[in-house]
Amino acid sequence: MLEFAVKGNKWYWGWVIVLLGIIGAGFGIYLMQLQFGLGLTGLSRDVSWGFYIANFTYLVGVAAGGVMVVLPYYLHNYKAYGRITVLGEFLAIAAIIMCLLFIVVDLGQPMRMLNVLLYPSPNSMLFYDAIVLNGYLFLNLVIGWNVLEAERNGVHYQSWLKPLIYISIPWAVSIHTVTAYLYCGLPGRHYWLTAVLAPRFLSSAFAAGPALLILLCLFIRRFTHFDPGREQIQTLAKTVAYAICINVFFFLCEVFVAFYSKIPGHMTHIQYLFSGLHGHGAMVPWMWASMILMIAGIVLTVTPATRRNEASLAIACMVIIMGTWIDKALGMIAGGFVPNPMHEFNEYVPSMPEMGISLAVYAVGALVLTLLYKMAVGVKEEVKA
Amino acid sequence: MENSRRRFLQIAGVSALGLGATPVLNAFAASGAQGSGYHLDRNENAATAKQWAMVIDTRKLSTPESLRPIINACNTIHNVPTEIQNKNQEIKWIWEAPYHNAFTDEVQKFMDESVEHRPFLLLCNQCENPPCVRACPTQATFKNKEGIVMMDFHRCIGCRFCMAACPFGARSFNFRDPRPFIKKTNTEFPTRMKGVVEKCNFCAERLAVGKKPACVEASGGAIAFGDLYDPNSDVRKLLKENYTIRRKITLGTEPSVYYIV
Ligand code: SF4
Ligand code: SF4
Ligand code: SF4
Repeated sequence: MLEFAVKGNKWYWGWVIVLLGIIGAGFGIYLMQLQFGLGLTGLSRDVSWGFYIANFTYLVGVAAGGVMVVLPYYLHNYKAYGRITVLGEFLAIAAIIMCLLFIVVDLGQPMRMLNVLLYPSPNSMLFYDAIVLNGYLFLNLVIGWNVLEAERNGVHYQSWLKPLIYISIPWAVSIHTVTAYLYCGLPGRHYWLTAVLAPRFLSSAFAAGPALLILLCLFIRRFTHFDPGREQIQTLAKTVAYAICINVFFFLCEVFVAFYSKIPGHMTHIQYLFSGLHGHGAMVPWMWASMILMIAGIVLTVTPATRRNEASLAIACMVIIMGTWIDKALGMIAGGFVPNPMHEFNEYVPSMPEMGISLAVYAVGALVLTLLYKMAVGVKEEVKA
Repeated sequence: MENSRRRFLQIAGVSALGLGATPVLNAFAASGAQGSGYHLDRNENAATAKQWAMVIDTRKLSTPESLRPIINACNTIHNVPTEIQNKNQEIKWIWEAPYHNAFTDEVQKFMDESVEHRPFLLLCNQCENPPCVRACPTQATFKNKEGIVMMDFHRCIGCRFCMAACPFGARSFNFRDPRPFIKKTNTEFPTRMKGVVEKCNFCAERLAVGKKPACVEASGGAIAFGDLYDPNSDVRKLLKENYTIRRKITLGTEPSVYYIV
């Protein structure tokens, strides 16, 4: 199927070259970071994780979101999704690759990365995270590739794939659960220390992942001869609608617990994020923007008219992606680390090199996704013809 | 695991034979003269304990000036890079903080003013139940047999999970090569490289040769040190006779640093 990835028009190649350019530039900046150390970033003693880990967290969600097409198709035999499961799986592959890269660029001593495997530490959630993320990457590669190839050959996929497919469903839930456990098991970080963190991560994932998938489907329909299908897009939109409602609901539960109990440790971080504390309020406009975007997303996806209209649905998906990104990536990190456990305020702003490297990681993801989708669409067009 | 660790912090290591007991720490040859990572060489005077602990009599340390020699002693002996200008990325093993930052959940509305305005020494609490050890994915942070939470600078991958896990801000990350920022390098203690985490090690290298921690020695009797589980130790005597507090005990990490206020 690889031949589909090397055949393309000038737009395709132009896009690939742009991505390669960004990746090259970002790699250059990364070499500088490697040379100098993470001092090139905006990180500090108090905010010791930043933009890299924030994006990592978000993208784990995007990867897990792919399961929202896999599950109805394979468990509920929802036939319509047969056309697009591979798009969900390939999106998960690209997202996981970005996750792993974000972890690597965040390490102080990346050359020693393998120590995680050489000295396995079952106490550490990072150990499990390494296992589940790599496992999920492997599962999606094997499943996506083989199912697509079977489709091309006009045969049913191999029967040994079935168990892997079933395993991949709870596995998708596990990647985001373990990622939430990285945060929510740490004493003294009250913003994260909540049992609802993993459910909250999952709900935002099941909104953001399918929302991105809808946008990709709309793009594919417009620019290729493969139509992922109106019904498919509409069903995905309903998933997004439920998930984004639940996500905001979980957040409101947090707010209730903090502000009804009035326990300062629970309130301070939310206050810092949404109203600023002691003159520190860098996050305030962001967090309100996030809330407004998510609520706009709810209105647009829950209202039948705007959900059915694909133009307004596309807007809904965009605002949901932005809203959940601010909430889960930026807000999660800033809210967790500011104020620090000694109640000191040191805010965090990512540096230019940090953003450049992050952009390059996204470019790698976009490149992987482009190649994979090019193949998928190529097969679909060929089968149709 | 236990084995490789033992090999790493070789107790009564081969190097001791060659070099005698004086240079208690030997820099690894691997990455230059002051390579990181080290052998802990015990000699016959080595003190042992089930859980080392510290009692700081803050009544005797009531001014910032009285803390200065203590902090300096640790910094000098452990090659802590004190010249880093960016305060957000500095390295701190032992430092000074006001009461309301040190004891965040024991701040009274109206307080004894002498306590409220007193400077407090903060350092790693050498928790008995350390969340940093739990979080570390490589066991680069581990608890040794004497209750000290140690760092293996050679194994640390710089993921900073331990920093998120420590509720006391006791850990520092080397955001860049620390060596140019050390005032005067002590060749008997390793310097660190960029990209690894470090913190107070309760002077494990000094205990191994029967010395008290540097900060204890420099405190003029204001800081006591000893085995928490030896009823006759200095610390237990003080704990018996004085009301003490520890930082954030509700989190259950069981800090081994006590404060007499
Ligand atoms: S104070 Fe922090 S670094 Fe020290 S042992 Fe406790 S949790 Fe670990
Ligand atoms: S930064 Fe080093 S010591 Fe801390 S958790 Fe990561 S590997 Fe362990
Ligand atoms: S015990 Fe040793 S390492 Fe820890 S603060 Fe005191 S002098 Fe520094």
